[in-house]
Amino acid sequence: MASRTEITIRVTDAVKDALETYEKKEEELIPILSKVNRDLGFLPQEALELISDGLKVPKSRVKSVASFYHMLSTKPLGRHVIRFCENAPCHVAGGGEIWSALKEATNLQAGETSPDGKWSLITTSCLGLCAVGPVMVVDGDVYGNLTVDKIPEILGRYE
Amino acid sequence: MKYYRSMVLISNDPQSMVQGAQEIFDCIKAEVKKHNLEDEISIAMASDISRMDISPVVIVYPEAVVYGPVKVEDVPFLVEEHLYKGRIATRLQAPKKALSGPIAWLSTREGSLPAEQRIVLERAGIIDPESIDDYIIHEGYRALGKVLSEMKPADVIATIKESGLRGRGGAGFPTGTKWGFVAGAKGDKKYVVCNADESEPGTFKDRLILEGDPHSIIEALIIASYAVGADEGYIYVRGEYELAQSRLKAAIQQAKEYGILGKNIFGSNHSFELHVHAGAGAYICGEETALLESIEGKRGEPRPRPPYPTTEGLWGKPTLINNVETLANIPAIIRHGAKWFRSFGTPSSPGTKVYTILGNVNKTGLVEVPMGITLREVISIYAKGMKNGISFKLAQTGGSSGSIIPASLQDTPMDYDSYSKAGVSLGSGALLICNEEICVVDLAKVLMKFFKFESCGKCNPCRIGNIRALQTLDRISEGLGTEADIETLQMISKNLYEMSNCGLGQTSGAPLRDIINHFRAEVDAHIKLKVCPAGICAMSGQSNLYNN
Repeated sequence: MASRTEITIRVTDAVKDALETYEKKEEELIPILSKVNRDLGFLPQEALELISDGLKVPKSRVKSVASFYHMLSTKPLGRHVIRFCENAPCHVAGGGEIWSALKEATNLQAGETSPDGKWSLITTSCLGLCAVGPVMVVDGDVYGNLTVDKIPEILGRYE
Repeated sequence: MKYYRSMVLISNDPQSMVQGAQEIFDCIKAEVKKHNLEDEISIAMASDISRMDISPVVIVYPEAVVYGPVKVEDVPFLVEEHLYKGRIATRLQAPKKALSGPIAWLSTREGSLPAEQRIVLERAGIIDPESIDDYIIHEGYRALGKVLSEMKPADVIATIKESGLRGRGGAGFPTGTKWGFVAGAKGDKKYVVCNADESEPGTFKDRLILEGDPHSIIEALIIASYAVGADEGYIYVRGEYELAQSRLKAAIQQAKEYGILGKNIFGSNHSFELHVHAGAGAYICGEETALLESIEGKRGEPRPRPPYPTTEGLWGKPTLINNVETLANIPAIIRHGAKWFRSFGTPSSPGTKVYTILGNVNKTGLVEVPMGITLREVISIYAKGMKNGISFKLAQTGGSSGSIIPASLQDTPMDYDSYSKAGVSLGSGALLICNEEICVVDLAKVLMKFFKFESCGKCNPCRIGNIRALQTLDRISEGLGTEADIETLQMISKNLYEMSNCGLGQTSGAPLRDIINHFRAEVDAHIKLKVCPAGICAMSGQSNLYNN
């Protein structure tokens, strides 16, 4: 388990890195939040406060933006994040069955993270991969033409 | 610049990637190196060249030989035969029959009927999208040269007006008229913005344009900036489209190095600076005023209109916002003229439209065809008919804010006016084709779930209306519907349309209206007989959504 100070250092470094990558302007808030979110896996409160100080943008504003966009998370997520598309094209291609199988395999409902921190199960809007629906994305990996039989094998690839 | 003897393109559409296109790309590179051919052969990944039945595809130019489906094991043989010895590796060629199909650029090459008509995708799959030289060789930046050297801004706008081009984002607003508004707006600072926040479910045409031909959008934006008098622009790309973002950034960098972006372009008085802004996952940011808020670094909540962005847009300055597909038409219109463009499509909707064909059909994929084709033609010709011969029931157009098109409208020409007269909408170009086995209540539930998830929450009709609609549909699908529910759904649909602040809310009730108008008997069967005719709905007598 990382100590409190180690976590603080990681957060500080990630924010510093993001603030150096982009110009310190309010219009860069979303790219900065996205970068920190990518580096840390989510946006801890401390990071939001540091970004607020760095950009001279009110904390309330930073928080309101961070909580608005689906690709940003203000809560910690599991080591592996499953994003399942539940829009009409994937649904018509048999997405409903896959969704049930995913919930069963991970023992999670939409938006939940497993107690051991392994999985987060999230639904997402269309990813533009409809030609190979039903589709899910695990971390960065895209899986298309899903069938119920493929689920255990795919999930088995992740530690 | 550097010349190559051959060019090899590898398909990188999702299907091909799943089947190992990256490994094939790496392997071709390694094999080419092994034969010391790196200086003679360029190798690139390109979207939109493949087809489901022959992917992953490898195409070798200039002979335009199509290999597919290619496996990694085949690569050493392919490289040795074709690129080293110069013989076509016939064993690996895609079957001729597969080539005659319409979904892909292949049909136009083969001369088989019916051919597609490609304007916006004319270069996708033919050029290396990461090479500005390749773009320039294929007529790229010629339109810009013509505009800056021979045309006044007013001439450009007149040409676009004459062409009759209408916005391809879904609303079909005349593009030239919009350009005229921004050109006429008062202000010394103006912006042009490309809306590349493509998020309509089932739509991925813009992604293929951006990934396959990024320079065409840059060229169009520079032309637009000259026409309306802007010196700065943004391309707002959906956060999920990482490849499109990196290709655009690389393309902008190349254009800067060539003096095509920056100060005094081609020695003219026109200067233009262009930025790529990535979203972070919000469907609503495709709404133009929400998109502007997002570029400014705020929550993507739509602004009240008026004022319209044409007079008060980005940071309060007059701003032109166009969809990717709309912009991709611009260079071709300038090069060939308005009359040429009007020779495609219908008088009220000239040009082509890119459709993504999905659902219960034999061939899914992307097709660019003239405006005015009918759904029946799309299904029978391009989609190769309904899967397993089960009859066509409905199509859902333009993602979730499109309409549900019943079979009775399948002979209506697909153009803005004909569809609008029939009370439906063409939307953004997704065609989700559904057969008799789908249930309209279940489909509407999926659509309303999407709107509930994506509503930004700023105005009440949309935030609450979509939840109420979903709960009502859920009860109907569980056999708990009452006759009053029909009225409830009609009322919600009407209120959403009349009272929502932005386009998302206004159109989100369309599926409710459409299923009641076109499939009333099926909805009634759920309510009165407690039966789902398609056998999809659970009809369990319990509703999970009722209380939340």
